[in-house]
This record gives sequence, C-alpha cells and structure tokens, in this order.
Amino acid sequence: MDYIINGFIEAFRLIFILDQDVFSAVFISLKVSLTAIVLSSIISLPLGFFIATKDFVGKRFVITALNTLMAVPTVVVGLIVYTLISRQGPLGMLNLLFTSKAMIIGQFILATPILTSLTISAVHAVDESVASTALTLGANNRQLVYTVFLEARFGLLAAIISGFGRIIGEVGAAMMLGGNIRGVTRTISTFIALQSSMGETERGIALGIILILVAFLINVLFNYFQQK
Amino acid sequence: MKKLMPCIVVLFLVTMSASAEVILKLGTTTSVDNSGLLRVLLPPFEKMLNVRVDVISVGTGKAMELGKNGDVDVLIVHAKEAEEQFIKEGSGVNRREFMFNDFVIVGPPDDPAGIKSMKDAVSAMKKIAEKKSPFISRGDNSGTHQKEKSIWKLCQITPSGSWYMESGQGMEATLLMAKEKSAYTISDRGTYLAFKNKTDLQILFEGDMARLGNPYSIIAINPAKYKHVNYVYAMALVGWVTSVEGQKIIGNFKTPSGEIMFHPTAIP
Repeated sequence: MDYIINGFIEAFRLIFILDQDVFSAVFISLKVSLTAIVLSSIISLPLGFFIATKDFVGKRFVITALNTLMAVPTVVVGLIVYTLISRQGPLGMLNLLFTSKAMIIGQFILATPILTSLTISAVHAVDESVASTALTLGANNRQLVYTVFLEARFGLLAAIISGFGRIIGEVGAAMMLGGNIRGVTRTISTFIALQSSMGETERGIALGIILILVAFLINVLFNYFQQK
Repeated sequence: MKKLMPCIVVLFLVTMSASAEVILKLGTTTSVDNSGLLRVLLPPFEKMLNVRVDVISVGTGKAMELGKNGDVDVLIVHAKEAEEQFIKEGSGVNRREFMFNDFVIVGPPDDPAGIKSMKDAVSAMKKIAEKKSPFISRGDNSGTHQKEKSIWKLCQITPSGSWYMESGQGMEATLLMAKEKSAYTISDRGTYLAFKNKTDLQILFEGDMARLGNPYSIIAINPAKYKHVNYVYAMALVGWVTSVEGQKIIGNFKTPSGEIMFHPTAIP
C-alpha cells in the first residue's frame, strides 16, 4: 500500500519541482504521439472515407485486414520498423534509428489501422438521408464530403482519441526504435519501464500518474472540439 | 480544428528540424548506465568536444548486436570472450579494458544451499544445483548471463528443472525476482550495491577473482566495415574514459551509501 501512496506523493513532488527528466519525457511523448496522430489522421480520414463510401473488389478483405492490424503487438511493429531502418536494413542510409522520427514512424503504423477502421464505422453510421438530402439541396462532391464529415465528427474524433490512446502509453515500439535515450527519445512510458525494471516502483507509479494526467488533459482538449 | 492547425505546424517543424550537433551513439550495458556512472563521466566529455552522446542502454548481447548492425558508434560492454569474437570478425576495433568490478552470488539470508563456506565459485554453483535451490538466471545473453553460463560450463552442469528460472530481464528486475522467490542469482557488484536497500538478498559468495572478475571495455565500431560510423568521436571517447581525468571520475564514483562501484584499470 505504501507504494501507491508514496507514488502519489512522488508524482506531485516531481510536478512541483519541475523535474527536468520528467518534463523532457512529457515533452517527447507529446511531440512524438501528437505528430504521429496528425500524420495518421491526414492519411486515415480520407482513406476511411473512401473505403466506407466506395464499392470495390476486396473491400471486405481490406476491412478485415485493418481490424487485424489493430491487434498487432507494438513490439512486432517495433521489430519490423527496426529491421527496415537499421543501418543494415534497406532504409539504413536515412539514419533514422534511435531518433524521435523513428518512433513517429512506429506510432504512425500503430495508429493508422485504428483510425482508418473507426473512420469507416463513423462514416457508415451517418444516416443515408444526410447524403441524399445534401444532394437534393444541390451539394457538389466537395460539399457532400464536408457534410458527411461534419455529421460524423463525433465518431471521427473518437477514432482519433482511440488512436492516440493506443500510442501515447505504448512501450514496445518506442523502446526498440527510440532506444530510450535520456532527454532525446525517452518518453513517459519508456521511462516507466526503465524505472520499474530498476525496482523504482514509487517513481514508476508517479510517472504513471503523470502519464494519465497528460492523457486526461489531451482528452479534455479533444472533447472540447468534439462538443463544438 | 482550424485553431489547432498553427500548433500542429509548429510541432511538426520542431520535430522535423535537424540539429547540427554532432551525435555519438553509445551502446552500453544496463549495469553501467543504471549505476549512474555515465551521468558523471559523459558530461565533461560532451562539453569538451561539443558533442552529444546518446546512450542506448541494453544488455551486452544486444549492444553488440547493435554494433554488428552498425547502429551505434561505440560500445561499453563486459563479456570478454564475446568481445574478442566481435573484434576477430572485424566488427570492432581498438578494444580497451578500462575498469572492472566483480560478480557476486547473492541469495536469501539463510543460505539454504549453504554456499557461504565454499572455496570457489564453481563449487558454490555446484552446491546450488545439487540442492536444487531456486536460481534465477538473466537468460538474456547479457554479460552477466554469459558469465553465469561460463561457470555452469566449468561445473559441467546444464542447469534445468523447476529450480532454474530465466527472467529474460535486466539485473534489477532479476534481483527483484530473486527476492520475491527467495532464490539465488549472480549479479555484478555495482548493481547489487545500488539495489541493496530494496531487497533482503545478501552476498553469499564473493572473491573468486579468477572466475568472477568483471572487466568492462570500450570498443569502437570498425570504420572500415561501417563507413558511416562516427569513428573519430568514438576514439575520442575511448581516449576520455582511459584518460587520467576520466579514470579519476570512475574511481571516485560511489553508491549513495558510499561504496566504490568500479575500479579504474586503464592506467597502470
């Protein structure tokens, strides 16, 4: 029990004294995960919209594949990207391994299937009549897409939130691709893994609390846009 | 969403902007990094040459794997035989031993296998196997794991059975497991000392330097084989850790309770 109480005390102490390691980890976590989720959204929202609204051969397969990819363990994604960007790998010359860019690539790959899949559901959930009404009112293609997106915004933001949830606390890919370098690629979650492996349970719990706080604040922000 | 856009653009630029700073990638073992030594040993070097050292802290086996893939510029590791193999196959150059500590066999205070009175490490380990006392192995091909395997080999024992468990994790996690399971394990002295207050495990066997000595060395990755490595700075780091100042920092580095963790050996 002491662990948990001391964890809380330690969490507030670390926040209060503006602990440099903690703040750099928070900054890196946010930098990496927000960049990944923005890039993923740019790809996933149009892609999901396309898959949801168009009929094409193999559509069911694509959807099933996306749903499967949602369950791929983060370490597997980490390993695959590692083999690609390692110096001996095909993309080795880009010098990406053990940088925050590598982590962004990994998290992008983790978030994209979820975002795309949930975008498909969100677009499907929009009532047929919305599109037909828009068309009767003389909407052109662009206006039609805009109307459907606007109607689906609640589901779309839920998709983004879920994708963000998958990557902000993710350890496997971040550890393997970033290398947990202090002040450079050490995120809150890899920091927690390090602390707990060193037996620093209280500090680990404290960081866990900080991670939850950060996730909470981001979600408050998302929620604000969702309600608009 | 419109209000978010400027923030996102700024974020993106910050992320993608490349820094002009020289970066040296050091692959090292957790026992060195977690001790805190690098936090005092590296900053003067970074300042002196205006370089940033990125420390990637993994087990020795994994660190050497990173070296073989050319993913780091320099290594600090502790597994003599594997290191010599590493040099022989041309992955690394200029290996220098620069400090040492030793391994200790730790276990529950009541010493159920009775290894305390043993004369050497081999008979101590034999005793544990005979009594089938719980033993936790790192099982991760780290320097410590390689040392453990070499001792089993000397015992002519292939440990197996429910008493022999592999944690597959770092030294601290393994010590924690040993504590929880009242088991024996082998640890480097530095990690054990740093961890001592979190466990009731005690040093039950020590001092067999022929078998339990633990020299650490620094190896530059071979620039002829891996054209992109930062060889000059890697050699500068070799120079720094073997310099009078560097060796002094190592020798003065102590645990919070005041025990010396590493003994400098580069300068006779």
